[in-house]
Amino acid sequence: MSENILKEIIQPENIVYQKTKMMTDKVLSYCPGCGHGTAHRIIMEVVDEMGIGEETIGIAPVGCSVLAYEFMNIDMQEAAHGRAPALATGIKRLWPDKFVFTYQGDGDLAAIGTAETIHACNRGENICIFFINNGIYGMTGGQMAPTTLPNMKSSTSPYGRDIATMGNPLKMTDIVATLPGTYFVSRHSVHTPRNVRRTKKAVRKAFENQRDKKGGVSFVEILSNCNSGWKMTPVQANEWMVENMFPFYPLGDMKIDGELVK
Amino acid sequence: MGELKLMKGNEAVAEAAIRAGADGYFGYPITPQSEVIEYLMAEKPYERTGMVVLQAESEIAAINMVYGAAGTGKKAMTSSSSPGISLKMEGISYLAGTELPCVILNVVRGGPGLGTIQPSQADYFQATKGGGHGDYRMIVLAPASVQEMSDFVKLGFELAFKYRNPLMILSDGVIGQMMEKVELFDPIPRWTDEEIKEMSPWATTGKTKKRERNILTSLDLDPSRQEKHNEKLVAKYKKISENEIRFEKINCEDIDYLFVAYGSSSRICQKAIQLAKEKGIKIGLLRPITLFPFPTKAIQDMLGNIKGILCVEMSAGQMVEDVRLAVEGKVPVEHYGRMGGIVHSPQEVLEALEQKIIGG
Repeated sequence: MSENILKEIIQPENIVYQKTKMMTDKVLSYCPGCGHGTAHRIIMEVVDEMGIGEETIGIAPVGCSVLAYEFMNIDMQEAAHGRAPALATGIKRLWPDKFVFTYQGDGDLAAIGTAETIHACNRGENICIFFINNGIYGMTGGQMAPTTLPNMKSSTSPYGRDIATMGNPLKMTDIVATLPGTYFVSRHSVHTPRNVRRTKKAVRKAFENQRDKKGGVSFVEILSNCNSGWKMTPVQANEWMVENMFPFYPLGDMKIDGELVK
Repeated sequence: MGELKLMKGNEAVAEAAIRAGADGYFGYPITPQSEVIEYLMAEKPYERTGMVVLQAESEIAAINMVYGAAGTGKKAMTSSSSPGISLKMEGISYLAGTELPCVILNVVRGGPGLGTIQPSQADYFQATKGGGHGDYRMIVLAPASVQEMSDFVKLGFELAFKYRNPLMILSDGVIGQMMEKVELFDPIPRWTDEEIKEMSPWATTGKTKKRERNILTSLDLDPSRQEKHNEKLVAKYKKISENEIRFEKINCEDIDYLFVAYGSSSRICQKAIQLAKEKGIKIGLLRPITLFPFPTKAIQDMLGNIKGILCVEMSAGQMVEDVRLAVEGKVPVEHYGRMGGIVHSPQEVLEALEQKIIGG
């Protein structure tokens, strides 16, 4: 669609919904149906609604969302693979009154960045960690991730993940919930409007905790499909996610106000 | 005169960091440099200046904390020793690619691998030729005394910010562990938030309506833009080479031979010069203070009457390659050095001079 046609259609009287000004006009690089775009928008809407855009610094990961800084209209820094929580620590310690968050995928956060994640959480850094889990390495072409489900196929587990030889999927969010340094830990998804609203509530709570200096990491996992990596249509991928990912990674709060949810 | 103190080299670095107005130190213990973080923790710099000191879970985390901290436009530093510096190389490459200033101290010990905990100078290649991936350079300062351990922290931050580039202080286990008199420089106040915004308009200080957002990244998926970035870096390194070469000449009047040595080896060479004098051998010392940029021209300018050069370093011969590049075969250039944590004696250096250069 040419820009002229877009300009003709997008008239003030036709607008029923507008993207937040905290997102840039850059066209998203994500596959149609992927949850990253929605997750970006949710985070930036919360930043907008809380009026903290001028005080927020984001850390982009390595993975599909490596270019998150192209889309989020705030100061950002690009981390090496898995190191975002270390960068966030450095920034937050020197700017204790600014809002600092990381945006990381499951390969980034739960494989190569395991140590940085666990230790930032265990130190109780006053930051937000947004963890997008789609059970696969998307950017590099669909390889097995630490979160890939048992028997799930990927380009490096072409016959399905064999637990005996490839190990078990890692429930990173469950692990960090047990650490004294996390204050709020919650798992959500963005595949239905209802889930989007719930995710946004959790993201808002995470930033509010940071604002109120509750003393600890606010950690929100967002499950997403990776329809291209899973070799499915977006609709099939969401159905597969509900049927297979949700039983293994159940949605809901795991820790609220520093207390594990029973 | 500033305050005089008897200090270890590692302690002098720590005290200098506080006095230089550093905002954050992020480290991980490793011998022979753990005194840096121990001194800082004991000294409570948070109460003295507001400086943050944090013990990270690994050298990788520490350098990435520095990477984030440097992005804020504030003065960040870390220190380690050889095996730990290898782990920091990933972060150093990102710092160089993103053009962020910071100071990194390497108190070199014997390698490869875990090696020894005793002094060595075998990390010269890693410090001056890259170490991490990609075309980049660090500015490298080589202290030869506890005094310079202190002074180079201050100078290091000045140069790092002047060129928006990571800077390494390449020390060794001798300089880090030995105690000497040091004249401490007067404390410099930490920069205010306003000063940071003015001096480092590129920093992640929070996007205001007055400016575009600041993106700190070393990624560019468009190779033609990436090449432009590489060309910009190369031009910067050229400018550093033109402006920042530092060296010291000792006993270089009317000489037949020349030692080239940095750090603790340069101290040993000074004693060897005295021993040589007793034998009627006329030899001087050129001590590179910056290892990148390397004092190539200074060596070339001295070649006139010199019959041979002995490079003395505690390694299998690393800096000697840069000296040979400078000399271009005009006079013999040989290497001498003990390895694995053994420090050569002045007598051994003199014997090597006689065998490899004078007799050779």
